[in-house]
Amino acid sequence: MAGGILALSFGILAREAGFSNVEAVVFSAIVFAGSAQFASVSIVAAGGGAGAAIAAATLMNSRFLPMSAAVGPSFKGGPLKRAAKGQTVVDASWALSSRGDGTFDEHLLIGASAIAYTTWVGGTLVGAIWGDKLGDPNSFGLDAIFPAFFFGLLLNELRSRRARGVAALGTAIALVLVPIAPPGVPVLVASLASLVGLTKQARAEVLESEEAEGAPR
Amino acid sequence: MSTPAIVIAACCVITAAIKAVGPVALGGRELPTWFTSVVILLSPALLAALVATQAFANGDHLAIDADTAGVAAGGLAIWRTGSIIACVVLAAAVTAGVRAL
Repeated sequence: MAGGILALSFGILAREAGFSNVEAVVFSAIVFAGSAQFASVSIVAAGGGAGAAIAAATLMNSRFLPMSAAVGPSFKGGPLKRAAKGQTVVDASWALSSRGDGTFDEHLLIGASAIAYTTWVGGTLVGAIWGDKLGDPNSFGLDAIFPAFFFGLLLNELRSRRARGVAALGTAIALVLVPIAPPGVPVLVASLASLVGLTKQARAEVLESEEAEGAPR
Repeated sequence: MSTPAIVIAACCVITAAIKAVGPVALGGRELPTWFTSVVILLSPALLAALVATQAFANGDHLAIDADTAGVAAGGLAIWRTGSIIACVVLAAAVTAGVRAL
């Protein structure tokens, strides 16, 4: 349901940013990564170049590297099959299919992703085609949907004090750079706040949580 | 190629590669701790920057306007209800309402 609303607004806002109907739907169909798509489209809409948009999407999707690596050992089949199954990793189905002991239910993962995929691509299609008929999307406040969604995701990320500090640092960097850097660049530079993760303390905590996950509960 | 086409093609290839590397190449081997640690913190850094730039920036200057109010309302909704639907619907409604004033 929330996925459907987001997909609709993605379709409408991608059109606003200069994507054609077909491009908006193809984007959802072959990339299938909501936050990366939102991030890159908003950079294009703000007048940022393709390079900044791609870089932001790549950083946003970098979380799939450790996520799909974690699922890897639970996938059956040869390298090609495993690579294909890896494509089904998205946040919600990854979390849903985790058994809590470091292994994953691959059928649940693929099934949940298939449903999410249908909603995502279908919603984008509807938004891209019928969005024009609404008139000016700004008069419906649709431009607030992306940042509000990101805000929601962000609040879920702020469980640790370190994450809150990194978020505050990222915000400060981005706001300082808005008046002086080209569109898209403030967000990219703000990502450097994550280098706080290189501190000894931060690494020690990751190690601890990994050990806790690996232990039987 | 147009900007959207370049963005879509590059995102497709890069995302597929990111998702394939773990299951194929790592085969159960663990990623270095420093890497995981940074990636975990990338989300709050990027999300905060995206929220800040979209809620407070109008082109190259900072401004508090209708969408700032909408995003704040959405944040309040998710904090109180935990519902992402309530969050995005309220954000759009408040933004549209303030704009219509």
